[in-house]
Amino acid sequence: MIEFLTPYLDFLPYELIYLIATLIKVVVILVPLFVIVAYYTYAERKIIGYMQIRIGPNRVGPKGLFQPFADMFKLMFKEIILPTNANIYLFIIAPVLAFAPAMAAWAVIPFNDTLVFSNINAGLLYILAMTSLGVYGVIIAGWASNSKYALLGAMRSAAQIVAYEIAMGFALVGVLMAGGSLNLGEIVNAQAGSVYHWFFIPLFPLFMVYFIAGVAETNRAPFDVAEGESEIVAGFHVEYSGMTFAVFFLAEYANMILISMLTALMFLGGWLSPIPSLLGDSVVWLFLKTGFFMLLFLWFRATFPRYRYDQIMRLGWKVLIPVTIVWLTVEGIMVYYKVGPWFA
Amino acid sequence: MMNKIKYYLKSFLFLELLQGLSVTGGYFFKKKLTIQYPEAKTPISPRFRGLHALRRYANGEERCIACKLCEAVCPALAITIESEQRADGTRRTTRYDIDLFKCIYCGFCEEACPVDSIVETNVFEYHFENRGENIMTKDKLLEIGDRYEAQLAADRAADALYR
Repeated sequence: MIEFLTPYLDFLPYELIYLIATLIKVVVILVPLFVIVAYYTYAERKIIGYMQIRIGPNRVGPKGLFQPFADMFKLMFKEIILPTNANIYLFIIAPVLAFAPAMAAWAVIPFNDTLVFSNINAGLLYILAMTSLGVYGVIIAGWASNSKYALLGAMRSAAQIVAYEIAMGFALVGVLMAGGSLNLGEIVNAQAGSVYHWFFIPLFPLFMVYFIAGVAETNRAPFDVAEGESEIVAGFHVEYSGMTFAVFFLAEYANMILISMLTALMFLGGWLSPIPSLLGDSVVWLFLKTGFFMLLFLWFRATFPRYRYDQIMRLGWKVLIPVTIVWLTVEGIMVYYKVGPWFA
Repeated sequence: MMNKIKYYLKSFLFLELLQGLSVTGGYFFKKKLTIQYPEAKTPISPRFRGLHALRRYANGEERCIACKLCEAVCPALAITIESEQRADGTRRTTRYDIDLFKCIYCGFCEEACPVDSIVETNVFEYHFENRGENIMTKDKLLEIGDRYEAQLAADRAADALYR
């Protein structure tokens, strides 16, 4: 990118060209992400509608395809209501705090061998840090709203994310033991070979734990007690309207896509082709695998009833964490004895 | 012991969850039941209870004889009737009001009517734009009756078998 820009902008200092190149890269990643988020909401309404024998939105544009834009413009022009006695600074900054980490995490996602915004060695650690930061947005939103329901939602969300963060972290430990690196690109390359080399086979329990914890982490059904629209109205974002609400929405969906993509990268070989003899490795595979997990998020929401709060805690602390610890031991033994095609 | 193993196997293999997913997955491909109102509408029974109307005989004479049975039976007290003796000696209403905000569309007025005068049409798409329009006066009710007479007669003929 810098090499490409230099001939046109050589009157500028190098630092400025570097900045421009970085900004262009940010736009190239984030703009498609926004479009995907917009159409992910459309897909959600359509797919859940279909699963409930309805047809979903179909009025705005052909087959309802302009529905996301209609929603977007509506939210943009709506008033942002500030509740009485709310802490206005925190109230406004909370959606930004939820949104920024969800976007920032995309910096280290590799799309193929070379196509990565920032190829840092501690990629996995960075991802874990960024996805954990998102909870601050939720907690501050619940606190600043000066509403009982919002506070309840925020407290549920905090406890839930703390519980599932641990299981998620342990699952990631398994991945980095297998991949031998914290760099996401190297983790994917460690799965090269064929479908049998992908980490979801030796790490199957961790794969399951990671995705379940991911669903819980993004506060999606069946773990959506933080939002709980049928019991605490909308949880932490009851008091939000207009653009502030839209930013929360954007963050939630960006996080879902992020979790889907990470699962595809770490357990399903990212951009590696499942049939290398016929079709080569390509970023298309990554998008297909990501799309599958994105579909699962919606499918879960259409299928499973919401967990009770104490059941969520039980699952997180008493099932997922022991499972990961046991499997880390098993994996350690497999690594020590250099089992199969994975740890040889 | 055996049951415990079975239980663990069932929950760790996600058997019940997969079963649930397959149900919703199956419904995904089923034929959709949505009816695209207002382009398409569901069929309406001849017994449908919608907007009220006052009917007339074929010779143009209004059916209502101001017996006030409907006013008496109305559980929501939505009907108000005043009557007088007309020049030809018959008893007729001077006022016949139905407050549609009070009306619960139970159809008792229609059941009570000895001359099939007050009826409920199958019209359910109507609205008010000003205060007071919710009071259906005698003129308005007769006008509705004239407009939908063909439909009203057909519905009553279709239902006559079961009455």
